[in-house]
Amino acid sequence: MSENMSDLLIMFRKAPIGTSWAREALDLALVGAAFGQHVSLLFMGDGVYQLLTNQQPESVGQKGTQAMMKALPMYDIEQIFVSQQCLADRGLTQDQLGFSCDLLDQTQVQALLQSHQQVFNF
Amino acid sequence: MNYSIAIYGGPYSNQAAHSALHFAQAALTRGHCISRVFFYHDGIYNGSALVSPPQDEANVPAQWHTLAKENDIELVVCIAAAVRRGLLDEKEAKRYSRASHNIAEGVSLSGLGQLIDAGLTSHKLITFGL
Repeated sequence: MSENMSDLLIMFRKAPIGTSWAREALDLALVGAAFGQHVSLLFMGDGVYQLLTNQQPESVGQKGTQAMMKALPMYDIEQIFVSQQCLADRGLTQDQLGFSCDLLDQTQVQALLQSHQQVFNF
Repeated sequence: MNYSIAIYGGPYSNQAAHSALHFAQAALTRGHCISRVFFYHDGIYNGSALVSPPQDEANVPAQWHTLAKENDIELVVCIAAAVRRGLLDEKEAKRYSRASHNIAEGVSLSGLGQLIDAGLTSHKLITFGL
């Protein structure tokens, strides 16, 4: 894991559709960045589904999170972490993800949490 | 200690606002300060003036509004989350051409930046309702 310099860690644990959690968590990440905070994202649990390519949220009348995820570089949010275990538990591999991410093992996830003063968990 | 609180759970369907109320009362009793309560996700419904439970049930939003008034606690509702869910103040009702507004007195609509700011300016930000 690279040296972490961010102020704010946002954890995503919910699927991109079905509830508004993922979108509202992303909103907070973007606002945090707009407020001059260095923001990192950590995807765990069903939150890892937000990273998949070829999502079709419009088929269930939702916007999903893809467009917002693509805006992350414009907000200088470039540190995206994902739990290796949570990916593996869902039968997913890194090449199925549409975003460049750092895979973390359990110990690294703990270290990431400990290295942040501000953690928002969604 | 200076605390801020984030509440993500709605009234009645979720215990979050009630647990947070107990936390705030306990903290105030011990001489701590609660500077801001930020309502996000379904927590925004706690900002409604129209919550009307049966008489034998607690009106948690009303208890929050009273506690805030008595202790000078800022109650802030995320404007983006609120307007989508039909919680409007007079200004937003005009903006969206709605016939009425329903935000409680003493509660204000503001941006998510207020939640970021609460995290940065309080000693601790405590979240309820995940």
